[in-house]
Amino acid sequence: MNNETRYNQMYSEGCRTRALAQGADAPEFSLHSTPDQFVRLSEFRGRTVILAFYPADWSPVCGDQMALYNEILPEFQQFGAELMGISVDGAWCHAAFSRDRKLHFPLLADFEPKGQAAQAYGVYRKGDGVSERALFVIDPEGKIHWSYVSPIGVNPGAAGILSALETLEKNEVAK
Amino acid sequence: MRTTLAGSIPASKLTLPVAGRDHIQGPIDAPIALVEYGDYECPFCGEVYPVIKAIQGRLGKNLCFAFRHFPFANTHPHSELAAQAAEAAGAQGSFWEMHGLLFENQDALELDDISQYAEALGLDAARLAAEVLDGVFVGRVREDFRSGVRAGVNGTPTFFINGERYDGARGLDPLLAALTRQPGERLAF
Repeated sequence: MNNETRYNQMYSEGCRTRALAQGADAPEFSLHSTPDQFVRLSEFRGRTVILAFYPADWSPVCGDQMALYNEILPEFQQFGAELMGISVDGAWCHAAFSRDRKLHFPLLADFEPKGQAAQAYGVYRKGDGVSERALFVIDPEGKIHWSYVSPIGVNPGAAGILSALETLEKNEVAK
Repeated sequence: MRTTLAGSIPASKLTLPVAGRDHIQGPIDAPIALVEYGDYECPFCGEVYPVIKAIQGRLGKNLCFAFRHFPFANTHPHSELAAQAAEAAGAQGSFWEMHGLLFENQDALELDDISQYAEALGLDAARLAAEVLDGVFVGRVREDFRSGVRAGVNGTPTFFINGERYDGARGLDPLLAALTRQPGERLAF
């Protein structure tokens, strides 16, 4: 059984959410990045931010989206972009997952109130209790430059993020 | 159906065409081109290695197979070293021989192990080890990796058949069926 089939058995079919799109203000959040630290989106004003919402920690290794982004970090950093993963898992779960996968970027816990950040971005799957697999690139002024919702069992890769970072860089240069 | 203006992602197509830079087996102008993005320490790549060999046996000169590096270095701590070692062996004319030994010995990929493989292949093992330690092939491996990211590689192994990403099963029969289907014919997976 492949990962997509597994996800489709676990979660309801199709995409039932409406992700915030280009031009919308990126909603502020304050979420645990570790059991004793919080991250606020507004701390990153003036920088490009990539938010990667994903359903849950501990998905299978080789097709894992966070493991992939971990390898691609240098490419994101060339654009001066900060990457953050977000799921409804708690900070202790994130800590264990992050340590196991040797992740070099923060995972934020959208844990209490559960899924509040995902709801604000329009990517919370209510009946399933998890977020969509959704990507947002936020510009230095705090506006959404690009967003994408992937089928929940499909790792969207990073080509879309990199294209969005490129167009954003061109826009910024043109300003 | 979605009705928002959320963005899209580029179609998953090979962005770097198979060319002289690549390690290939079979004629470069063969009617079927198969590109694998792989990691020498990835168990799924190890499983598919004999499948590829069997496919090459079946398709012969009709197939051009290229292998590009996509090491998940944080998940597989030996994968980057192994990729560079394959390149270093390639610099001595033995990329595919080392490629095979690495996949056949996925649980023994320390530099000492790799040096033994180099000796067994009759290569200058000291030179190979020195080039790996000096990072001579870091750029080359990263170039492969970057081209994969741009083409939509999201895990290993990822295959491209005549430039299009193949998302089907990795067994001999489904892969052979996909490789030999007529142009324009839909995949039945």
